[in-house]
Amino acid sequence: MPKQQRKAKINTEQCVACGCCIKVCPRGAVAVPRGIFAEVDRELCVGCGKCVKECPASVISLEVVSI
Amino acid sequence: MKTKKKWYDYLWILSLTYLILGFFNILFAWLGLLCFFIPLIISVVKGNKAYCNKYCGRGQLFSLIGGRFGLSRRKDVPAWMRSKYFRYGFLVFFFAMFFVMLWNTWLVFSGAGELKEAVTLLWTFRLPWHWAYHGTLFSPGVAQFAFGFYSVMLTSTVLGLVTMVLFKPRSWCVYCPMGTMTQLICKAKAPRP
Repeated sequence: MPKQQRKAKINTEQCVACGCCIKVCPRGAVAVPRGIFAEVDRELCVGCGKCVKECPASVISLEVVSI
Repeated sequence: MKTKKKWYDYLWILSLTYLILGFFNILFAWLGLLCFFIPLIISVVKGNKAYCNKYCGRGQLFSLIGGRFGLSRRKDVPAWMRSKYFRYGFLVFFFAMFFVMLWNTWLVFSGAGELKEAVTLLWTFRLPWHWAYHGTLFSPGVAQFAFGFYSVMLTSTVLGLVTMVLFKPRSWCVYCPMGTMTQLICKAKAPRP
């Protein structure tokens, strides 16, 4: 049976690229490389949901993925 | 796990100091131009939003008051507030008001207008501010710009504080004109996919 894990998912269309998620991520898994939207490194993300709570635009959600 | 604080995590102190200095000598308002030019230069030269992401003292101030001190309902901002229409509309409105401010400054510089020792809050309410004006060495236009610029800074702080309380601590970031503008610059600079 595949393992299920939660990962942060960013709605890049509505992201304002403020970077609040970068500051709150305990794993350093989020970055805003080109100033347009945030990107999550799924290898590093542990699905804690801190960025989901912090995001002022509420564009981050947790999705369950099978790995 | 706690991440180690960097030097730039304390820039909120500068933002707070800026607001306080404006109560004592309005000419300090000129320093606020740094908050305009630094993010623009970073986005134009580096093509990123490092200013928002790392250095913005105002954002840090909101997350301190709203987050750490808990003065925020931590609710989602309404959908219209994060829509492109509102964000771009607010940017245009902000710019228009900025040019009105520059025009008033020009009038005083040219001698056609008189210096108004007042801070205009939310583009409407004129607050007497004469106690922060002790004369200027140059043209009264220099002081007029300071009053106008401080009005912009104070107005945006008040708006930011209101949305901080109503929604999430850094809700201001969603519609911050500087943030919207630097994001647009980054979009224009990014290589087409």
